Amino acid sequence: MSAPLTSLDRPNSYIGRSVPRPNAKRLLAGRGRYVSDLRLPRMLHAAFLRSPHAHAKIVSINIDEARALEGVHLVATGADLAKICTPWTGTLDHFKGMTSAPQLPLPLDRVVWAGQAVVAVVAESRAIAEDALELIEVDYEDLPVVVDIDSAREAGGPLVNPGTANNTCFRSQLDNGTVDDAFAHAAHVVEEEFTFGRHTAVTLEPRAIVAEYDPSAGMLTVHHGTQTPYQFQDLYSRHYGIPEARVRVIATDIGGSFGMKLHVYHEDMAVVGLSILLGRPVKYLADRMESFVSDIHARDHRVRARMALDAKGEILAMDVVDLTAIGAFSTYPRTSVVEGNQVIRLIGAPYRFRNYRATLEVIFQNKVQTSQYRAVGHPIACAVTERLVDMAASKVGLDPFVIRAQNVIADDAYPQTSPTGYRFEALSHQACLKRLHEIMDYGSLRAEQADLRKRGVYRGIGIAAFVEITNPSPAFYGVGGARISSQDGAIVSLTPSGEVRCLISVTEQGQGTEAIISQIVADQLGLAQERVKVITGDTEVTPHGGATWACRGAGIGGETALQATRALKRNILEIAALILQEQPSALDIVDGEVVDAATRKQRLPIFEIARIAYFRSDTLPPGTQAQLTVSHHFAPQGYPFAFTNGIQGCSLEVDVETGLIKLLKHFIVEDCGRVINPMLVDEQLRGGIVQGLGAALFEECRYSETGQLMNGSLADYLVPMPMEMPDIVIAHVETPTADTELGAKGVGEAGTAAASASVLNAVNDALAPFDATISSIPITPAKVLKALKRF
Amino acid sequence: MSGFDGGLLDEADETVRIRFVVNGRKIACEVAPRETLVDCLRDRLELTGTHAGCEMGACGACLVQLDGRAVHSCLIFAVQADGAKIDTIEGLTESGLLADLQAEFHRRNALQCGFCTPGMLVNAQELLSQVAEPSREDIRDALSGNYCRCTGYEAIVDAIDSVAKERMKARSEGGGAT
Repeated sequence: MSAPLTSLDRPNSYIGRSVPRPNAKRLLAGRGRYVSDLRLPRMLHAAFLRSPHAHAKIVSINIDEARALEGVHLVATGADLAKICTPWTGTLDHFKGMTSAPQLPLPLDRVVWAGQAVVAVVAESRAIAEDALELIEVDYEDLPVVVDIDSAREAGGPLVNPGTANNTCFRSQLDNGTVDDAFAHAAHVVEEEFTFGRHTAVTLEPRAIVAEYDPSAGMLTVHHGTQTPYQFQDLYSRHYGIPEARVRVIATDIGGSFGMKLHVYHEDMAVVGLSILLGRPVKYLADRMESFVSDIHARDHRVRARMALDAKGEILAMDVVDLTAIGAFSTYPRTSVVEGNQVIRLIGAPYRFRNYRATLEVIFQNKVQTSQYRAVGHPIACAVTERLVDMAASKVGLDPFVIRAQNVIADDAYPQTSPTGYRFEALSHQACLKRLHEIMDYGSLRAEQADLRKRGVYRGIGIAAFVEITNPSPAFYGVGGARISSQDGAIVSLTPSGEVRCLISVTEQGQGTEAIISQIVADQLGLAQERVKVITGDTEVTPHGGATWACRGAGIGGETALQATRALKRNILEIAALILQEQPSALDIVDGEVVDAATRKQRLPIFEIARIAYFRSDTLPPGTQAQLTVSHHFAPQGYPFAFTNGIQGCSLEVDVETGLIKLLKHFIVEDCGRVINPMLVDEQLRGGIVQGLGAALFEECRYSETGQLMNGSLADYLVPMPMEMPDIVIAHVETPTADTELGAKGVGEAGTAAASASVLNAVNDALAPFDATISSIPITPAKVLKALKRF
Repeated sequence: MSGFDGGLLDEADETVRIRFVVNGRKIACEVAPRETLVDCLRDRLELTGTHAGCEMGACGACLVQLDGRAVHSCLIFAVQADGAKIDTIEGLTESGLLADLQAEFHRRNALQCGFCTPGMLVNAQELLSQVAEPSREDIRDALSGNYCRCTGYEAIVDAIDSVAKERMKARSEGGGAT
């Protein structure tokens, strides 16, 4: 564990230091400013009547009684909002041939999942709005429901979108090398079918939005608990026909997001429309039950995969089919096919084989949409690959570490292009593998396992190598036509008092964006960190950028801050040079003082430069215009993504009588390039791992045959609790990217990427004496007992 | 009032007057019988540091102290708190009762989004007031009604563990002062 540092080895040396987050003190004092806390003058509250049917025709809606209830201001149906909001379609051009039906805030004539919002009520309080919901009568006519993946693919079966040929949203294929030939000549072939349950983000703060339309100014202000305020500024502007400059989206403190809060939700779009219809602020806060049936879900994949090896255990080829069901629509604006696309492209990524074939089929069904949630596709690709590698190791008679050491791409062999088309700049699988072996004390763990087995105690050890996608370029969304930026912007100013203010487009959800940006600015300028103020998340104030998702905050946002600060420093030193009659190159800034670059002798505090530039510009040489505000944008160039890598290890115990799994310890070695704040990086890893462990053992959105979510509450849907979670041992390898000065890559998905795979391998390792195997996540006690033929 | 239709009023409009001491101050307010304590604290008293995460007593984000003990403010009605002493994160911060926990949570970054944090602190205080020397296992067990989706819990356990030891040390040195 890296303990927080209390002193620094030189002034303003913040990159690589574990400094606490300045903004965390507010949150600890209960002074967070979440959208759910917000109350505006004349604010009204929205509530939504939801469909009890997974698929039904709306025959009629009677809102008369609801409208008459005291305190109700508006009851709106799909038709009311369709008059002012243009429909949206969740497709992107680079996913050739994908389809999805147009969507509106509320449906006109058909509901397509149980829980879909149908009618909106706006009232003086949420309670009155909910009372009014009970007075609305909707007459539905049941339609055939498409629930499971197999019935969705049946020819002539029921259709999610009547009038279409089938329930297929998207198909994609990769075929590189000579796969059939490799399998024909393989000494060993391992094959398995895997299933991955649907799960969901469960942010502690549910989705929250307050929209305020001022008709006199033609101005829409939306306080929105989201990662991506600029994306929503663009969408609200375009779908409601309001000029972009008159749409302001403010994202203050956010109670967790993990990718879930960057998608368009029907209720959120409706709330904007309701505010326009009323000319008053309207608030909507999803309650927990609503979150479960309307937040995006993720995963829900069934993967059939096989791997060919030679007699020595060298991987020759992989052949994969991924079926995934995404709900009734593809999510807007990022689509619901990115996960499957990343599954088929990340499979096999750590290894050097050349023959690869994959088919992806994305299918509609009558459930809530799935889309991007933390570690999009990674856990599935990792579990499939790593389980097959373990199966191969056991078949060939190799230890899991040995077969991986034999097959990973060598650390000195980069750059490399994967058979799936990904270009890797520099990864460190060999170093990570070696380090994991050390921190696990692998030999002792194996010895202990053998000992305990004799006494009827079944422990398992599992490892899983992974590759993570970070710092995405326009190749991710931009090329597909999505107005989602891959660049970031920063405005850095020296204030009249000699402090620095940085307005930046990356946003904060608790991962420490403000902390690391202030570390970078302070470090690069030569100033104490507490003299830097970072401002995020307001489209009227901060420059346009991608914001925080896909692990781009540190790598792209950080580089933006670095370059902007260097430009500001140059400008400050130019003025300093004029005042001191020196060359700018002979000067530097240390701890807020301009110093001689060579001797470090103090010459002039930067607050003096600010004072002169702002208040006594008459004393500067004629023609001098001090530029103490710098606006700077940075778009990643070079590699389309900054891939990272790492490896996780898991030690657990399976109770073969009850099927219960006890996690004993978890290990990770991770390489995210330049580490800016080790404490925050470790926190990302731990938090990510625990989300992955939840998926591995507990989390699943369970549906009935009629498409009803059966466990949509926090008492029924299991998220990891402290007593079930292990301590996590962390080690780092640092391979900075050469694409940026900063060299940082992302780290937010790494923990989630391989946690479930290492658990899967560990459980199978524990069950090895029984000749029992498991290939389905979450690994519930029932599945363990079933594998053991005891249930 | 002329033209006022009394029939429009139903039981949802009825309110009950309650009095309690919130964060050391006497408060009287009119609440609807169906109003939960968490809604009353957040909406009427503007004490938004207490959060509603699940509204069914599972997640712990709404924990407050009622007469000195941690309770789920989403599971009791405001009328049930009539006559009680309520302390929320705002009052507990001002009084300094949680200062050591807050400092240690900050130092170790035992929070990310911060939404679970006030409830987590109230529960940590509850544990430390009941068990002088909790083991890591005890801490993990005691926190199992507080969901955190961001941190993975370890830093939270570390922070509480460290404060427990500091408080023990202070007690043995200071002769039993709390």
